[in-house]
Amino acid sequence: MTRLSAAFNKPHPALVTFITAGDGNTAANLDALVAGGADVIELGMPFTDPMADGPAIQEANIRSLNAGTTTSDIFAIAAAFRSRHPDTPLVLMGYANPMTIRGGDWFASECNKAGVDGVICVDIPPEEDPELGPWLRSAGIDLIRLATPTTDEARMPTVLNGASGFLYYVSVAGITGLQQAAQTSIDEAVARLKAHTDLPVAVGFGVRTPEQAANIARVADGVVVGSAIVELVAEHGMNAAGPVREYVASLKAAIQSARS
Amino acid sequence: MTKAELTPNSFRNQPDERGHFGQFGGRYVAETLMPLVLDLEREYRAAKQDPAFKAQFDDLLEHYVGRPSPLYYAERLTEEVRKDAPAGKGAQIWFKRDELNHTGAHKINNCIGQILLAMRMGKTRIIAETGAGQHGVATATVCARFGLPCFIYMGAKDIDRQQPNVFRMRLLGAEVIPVTSGAGTLKDAMNEGLRDWVANVHDTFYIIGTAAGPHPYPELVRDFQSVIGTEARAQMLSRINRLPDLLVAAIGGGSNAIGLFHPFLDDKDVAMLGIEAAGHGLEKEHAASLAGGRPGILHGNKTYLLQDEDGQIAEAHSISAGLDYPGIGPEHSWLKEIGRVRYDNVTDVEALAAFQLLCRTEGIIPALEPAHAIAAVEREAKKMDRDQIILANLCGRGDKDIFTVAEALGTKI
Repeated sequence: MTRLSAAFNKPHPALVTFITAGDGNTAANLDALVAGGADVIELGMPFTDPMADGPAIQEANIRSLNAGTTTSDIFAIAAAFRSRHPDTPLVLMGYANPMTIRGGDWFASECNKAGVDGVICVDIPPEEDPELGPWLRSAGIDLIRLATPTTDEARMPTVLNGASGFLYYVSVAGITGLQQAAQTSIDEAVARLKAHTDLPVAVGFGVRTPEQAANIARVADGVVVGSAIVELVAEHGMNAAGPVREYVASLKAAIQSARS
Repeated sequence: MTKAELTPNSFRNQPDERGHFGQFGGRYVAETLMPLVLDLEREYRAAKQDPAFKAQFDDLLEHYVGRPSPLYYAERLTEEVRKDAPAGKGAQIWFKRDELNHTGAHKINNCIGQILLAMRMGKTRIIAETGAGQHGVATATVCARFGLPCFIYMGAKDIDRQQPNVFRMRLLGAEVIPVTSGAGTLKDAMNEGLRDWVANVHDTFYIIGTAAGPHPYPELVRDFQSVIGTEARAQMLSRINRLPDLLVAAIGGGSNAIGLFHPFLDDKDVAMLGIEAAGHGLEKEHAASLAGGRPGILHGNKTYLLQDEDGQIAEAHSISAGLDYPGIGPEHSWLKEIGRVRYDNVTDVEALAAFQLLCRTEGIIPALEPAHAIAAVEREAKKMDRDQIILANLCGRGDKDIFTVAEALGTKI
């Protein structure tokens, strides 16, 4: 069983948390996510042109790049995390250009060396899979695909072909961190997706409060929270670990009690 | 069977079914946009087969845009260039006068085509990005003409240096939305356009201004702009019964250049030269992605980009806001790689000199974008024989640029 499948095989739905690499004290914040109870961690790779992100994550990208974060720093952060936390799955999330600029083979091999479990690439749809997919699969790294409110039934097999780890349902047609989806639309979408796949379905975009997280946890296999955590890092700078841990723990408690 | 197998000796059958020009192009967009991009492709294929679509496009180009644009022999400029050319050298310089189009540039050709597509798809809201403001003005114009609400994303820095166009867009009823992220130029405006689109896919059509972005945009923008080369080719044959020896066009994203070049690509005796903006010089800040960049993925396509070793995108610089972009349309990347088109570049200083030269020798105030092409034309003409012909695309007029030029020349107006 991989670290990712183990994380989705716990008695409660998985809490998936996101922070941007190189923004604030990343190592301390990653530890705080684990201490707060995150089951899966998405580590954002900063990019100059994050066109699918809202203001919170855009600004985190700028802060990280202005601090001089390089791709090699990100893999060092991941490798150090892996040695501190042998069991918590770590997923790199980001944009195509930084992931493919040295070749998909290079990227997959670095992921492997750093103990990265999966990759989410925002702007490589299944149609452009040869950029990265074959390399990740042969390195044993999960390629996590996204489904959205615009992904119709006919397209589901295309999205799922070559996908592994989990399926990330982007619950709003929009950018990260702004609107939230109506719970009924999430319920319907999750049911629809689960009819097509045995992969765990995690739901994200616009999730902020423990109540929202609990509502999603009643129907989905995972809940993704990103912008709200990134905003805590923005607010508390190098001292964000405490508030991040506390906030993540509140999400975790809500998720754990969601189905009881 | 692929199209390439059907016509193996053509440069005019790209892209392939997946929207790739060789290794370039493609559809690198978020999943939210992917179904829409596939819809657009289906609708574009249907429109291309529909005689009514073509008839409406042609009618608007003739009676609203003012096409065909003239083909003009620049006699005094030719003479001026011959003054410092070696004996027997100094090719004849001709211009395709797309600056005489309604709204003052080639951009309107594409906007007419795309708004017809938008209406065909039942979209009721139009968004666009703009650099110099020419594409924004052209988009606002067609939106006013067809009564659709129009939202233009424009970098805050570009808003400062292109005030007349900002005012024009507002007069035409468009909302101009300043973009302050990044450097506040065209690339950032494009990011915001994509963010708007992804949040409004149900009713919104994104009119992309250049032959770039996810497939099918590079193809459809090229097709709409190909009216430039198709007309020019026929005009050359009817005026002097021969084709030009060299085509020259300026390149930011590259829509005016591909529009001129594409209909000539299989004319093997016609050489082509695309001119990128070298800004302050290639060793300093510039916007020449082919000369100073390498292949990468941005804004929906794989193409040459200005970027660092980690794939972070660099800021471009050019005195011309329309060329100030760190990428280039994917078909140009392919044409460079296969060697069919030669690419060179021209600095801010050279473009400013050419701008003034054309004003004084021909009584034409060009935009700063084609001023780059004119600087290259001067260079090339001096190397070519007097009976040879250069055809350059005068893709925009310079009214919008007089404040920028005045400032660069140290004049207060």
